[in-house]
Order: sequence, then C-alpha cells, then structure tokens
Amino acid sequence: MRWPLRFGVAAVVLAVLYGVGLGVEAGLIEYVQRIVLLAGINVILAVGLNLINGTTGQFSIGHAGFMAVGAYTAAFLGEQLAPKLAAALGPGAVASALTFNLALLAGAAMAALAGLAVGAPSLRLKGDYLAIVTLGFGEIIRIVFNNASFLGAATGYYGNSPAGLPPYTTFFWVYSWVIVIVLVVRNLTFSQTGRSLIAIREDEVAAEAMATPTTRLKVTAFTLSAATAGIAGGLFAHLQSGIRPEDFKFEKSIDMIIMIIIGGLGSISGAVIGGVFLAVTLELMRDLQEYRLVLYAALLIAIMLLRPQGLLGSQELGSVLARLRRRARP
Amino acid sequence: MSALLSLTGVEKVFGGLRAIGGVGFDVAPGSIFGLIGPNGAGKTTLFNVITGVYRPERGKVVFDGEDVTGWAPSRVALRGIARTFQNIRLFRGMTVEQNVMVAGHRIHETSLLDAVLRTRAFAKEEREFQRRARELLEIFGLVALAREPAESLPYGSQRRLEIARALMLSPKLLLLDEPAAGMNSQEAADLEQQIRFLRDELKLTVVLVEHNMSVVMNVCEALHVVDHGETIAEGPPAVIKTHPKVLAAYLGREAEGVEP
Repeated sequence: MRWPLRFGVAAVVLAVLYGVGLGVEAGLIEYVQRIVLLAGINVILAVGLNLINGTTGQFSIGHAGFMAVGAYTAAFLGEQLAPKLAAALGPGAVASALTFNLALLAGAAMAALAGLAVGAPSLRLKGDYLAIVTLGFGEIIRIVFNNASFLGAATGYYGNSPAGLPPYTTFFWVYSWVIVIVLVVRNLTFSQTGRSLIAIREDEVAAEAMATPTTRLKVTAFTLSAATAGIAGGLFAHLQSGIRPEDFKFEKSIDMIIMIIIGGLGSISGAVIGGVFLAVTLELMRDLQEYRLVLYAALLIAIMLLRPQGLLGSQELGSVLARLRRRARP
Repeated sequence: MSALLSLTGVEKVFGGLRAIGGVGFDVAPGSIFGLIGPNGAGKTTLFNVITGVYRPERGKVVFDGEDVTGWAPSRVALRGIARTFQNIRLFRGMTVEQNVMVAGHRIHETSLLDAVLRTRAFAKEEREFQRRARELLEIFGLVALAREPAESLPYGSQRRLEIARALMLSPKLLLLDEPAAGMNSQEAADLEQQIRFLRDELKLTVVLVEHNMSVVMNVCEALHVVDHGETIAEGPPAVIKTHPKVLAAYLGREAEGVEP
C-alpha cells in the first residue's frame, strides 16, 4: 500500500474507533464498558506475550512484572506531566491525550529496559532459564513496589488528586493501541525476523547453523514483548483510580499464559481470541472468585486432553477459515 | 593452489575423553572431500569444530584465508560454511519453502523497521527470498511441495531439503553429515549426481562424512580417515580402499594383510 492510501485508511479507522467509542460510552453500562476495555488490554498482553512464548518458544512466566513497571511508570509520569502540559497547551482534551500517550510510551520504554536487563543475560543460554529468571523478576518487582513509599508502597499509587488517577483510558485509546500493536507484531512475525524466531523455536542449533543471530533475535523479541506489556500496564493503571502491587501478582502472569494457550501458542489471532475470552470469563466468574484457579486448572487440563495445540494451533484465523471453507465445498 | 579449508592439530576433549587428538587436513577448493572412519571416530565432532559448535582445546581452523577457530556458529555460517546434520534438523513445523528462506541471512539487508512499516524495500527483498528459495527447491525436485510442512516429507526428501536450505546461505563450502543415511540405492545414486552438480555447476567445495562406501568411493576425490580421534590414512579413494590401517579399523585386527 502506498503511503497516502495508508494514511487515508488510518484516518478512517481512527474515525470509526472514535465513533464506536462514543457509542460504547453512551450505550453500555459502566460495568460492561469496563469489560470491553479490559478485553482490549488483555489482547495487548496476550499478543505481546505470544511473541516470546509462542513464536520464539522462550517461556516467560513473569510478564506481570513488566506490566507493573509500565503501569507504575505511566501513572507516576502522567501525574508529573499533566500540570506542565496543561500549563503549556491549556487544559483540555489535547493536553490530556498528549500526557496519556507520552506516559504510556515512557511505561513501554521502562518495561523494555527491564526486559533487556532480564533477557540479555538469560537468553544467551539455551533452555528454560528464562522461565526461572522471569519468575524471580516478577516477584522481585512486586516487592520493590510494595516497599517504594513514593509510589504508595502496599496501599498502592493513587496519584496526586483525591479522586485518584485520571480516567484517561477510553475505548478509543485502548483499541487504537490494540490495532497498532497487533499490526506491528503481525508485520514482524511475517518477515525474515519472524521466520527466524520460529526457526529458533523449532530448532535453535539448526537456526544458528543457518547464520541466524539467535541471541540478538531472542533478546529483541523479549524486549518488544516486555514493552507491549508496559503499554498494557499504563492503560490498566488509568482505567482504575489507582494501582496496587497485588494487581500484578504471579496469578496475573498465569492469566496471560492461559490466554495464549487457549488461543494456540504462536498464533496472533489466537492470542486475540484468548485475551477477549479471559476478560469475559473472569467477569462471569466474579462470584466464584475463590474457585478461579481451580476452574483455570480444569480448563487447562481439558485443553491439554482435547486440543493440546490450543484453539488455532500455531496458525492464523484466516488460514484456518480458508481451509474449513475448502473442506465445506463439495 | 592454497586450501579452502585447513585444519591443523585440532584437539577436542570432553571431560576426560579425548574425542579428537591432533587431526589436520587440507581441503582443496572445488574438490569433493570425504571424511570417513568407523562409528565414534570423531567425524561429526570435527564438523562441529569446523562450524563453531565446539571450540577446540588446541589447533586451528582456517577457512578461505581467515582463522575462524572459536567463532560462533552463526558467524561461521555467514562467512561461507554451510552444513547439514546427521540426525536431520529441519524446522519441522514450518513449510518447505520457509525452511529454505530462513537461511537467507546473507542477502537480508532490510531492517526491522522496514518489516514493521512494510516498505517497498521489504517487499522487494521478500520476493527475492522467495525466488531464490524456489530456485533451490527446483534443483532438488521439491518445488511442488513448497507449501507443505517440512515434517510431512519422506525421509529422503527431508535430507535433500536440508541441503537446499544450506545452499540458501550461498556458501563456498558445504559440509554434508551422512547425506545418504537411510536412502535406498536409487536415492543414493541420485545423491551422487546432486553432489557432483553442486560442485560442477554451483562451484561449491564439498566435504562429506558418509558410511555408504559406494557413495564415498564414487564421488570423493580425496579421503581422510580417522579412527578414535586420530588420523590413520589420507589419499585418493583407490589408495584408501587397500590401505591396511583402514581395513583394520573397519574390519578389525584380524583383517590385516587380507586382500580385499
């Protein structure tokens, strides 16, 4: 596609998102709105995690830690930026949109840095070291926030105003970021880099013998994955009045893994479906809170028995549908 | 003419076991060179030393005038040494075509940003990747299977796909680790043809480890025989065939002095 056409399409998509956003805000009760926004945030988390766990085959089980880094950075920085930008641009929609997106990008950058720090040493090795290191990282980062008094320690960070963090997270912004992140990850996956990541998953020794810079690519994928979790964290933070360390417990990392296992490891569309599915079921199971982990375990066992490759396997929705259509034809 | 690949005094020790004890040989450019020896002689270990999978304790590997000892495997591959594996190591879940395309790193110039933004340079490069991959698949009679998953191919085709994938690196030197293993005599005869084609048409130098002696004797111009990590003989096939040490290594001590 040529650039003018791309900008045209982007403008139309943004306009539609804005329109739908207005509709959602006017037509849906707040409770349902929240589920719709959480679904979008889940999609970002799942698509990002799938890049490293599914496509590259390097298991991270501490992604809640990167989400926390993004959430706290965006929340804290947003509070610092907001008055300055409001003073410079005049208070209003433009200033808050700019504040929000700069805060999100800063959250992504900090999460990416954390990802680089965790990934660079552990991804030099072959095997499951990443799982162990990310597990440790997730716990450490939560304990750090639990003790950081300028971020509210265990009570959580609620910003400078008594009303808590500003509710920047709207339908428009969540789904704009969903589209950007899904597109970036998709374009990356269907390229020489993506092929190389899959090759690393399939056989790292052979990939190396074929001149693949395995360590560099693994670290790149992991850093990007951490950055997307950071964006999701920033969006999550501004959906609530505040964030607490316990929002990013180990269970949160498990939630993300369940999303991509349901959808099928290695499939972007599978991650999208898994993300939405989890947002909806989590709400439906609200009354069964204490049984949640039991139900998840049962669900995972059922998947392993009935469809171990997940809903879509490592394929994309498009190719699965095309095959079904061919089969349906006489 | 100076050698394309030259090993001198290579030693590799695993724990207390000396897998290779001072092996050296020269491979002339444009030749088909056979590395043979009984099971466990250290042939694959030598391949792993040449390609950087193992770092030798002592000795040197010089390729194309450059000391590549201890380089990372990906760097050695980029420099021009491609290989296949004894126990086929394809990217099983990927398609036949993608298996080949993965090895295109030498012609990969566009950046991650090009891929994300789908620039014109990216599209052009993807077409070039695909064109080259198809060309190689054509040579090995696999083009009709380009969209099939690699794991669905029969054994012999998987071996040929591994060679096609290695060639995507546009190497100068190709190391084949038991390419005829598991092939029937017809497939093995075809393989001989293909190896000669690689040398004659693609101007490659080929080093092969092989147990199928008819393939070895038919295609190799020079042989190097190792046993228990040591060189026991080298020379043209006609000499090796009757070399007493070689016969002893393959057939046991009793065979010494027995006419073949």
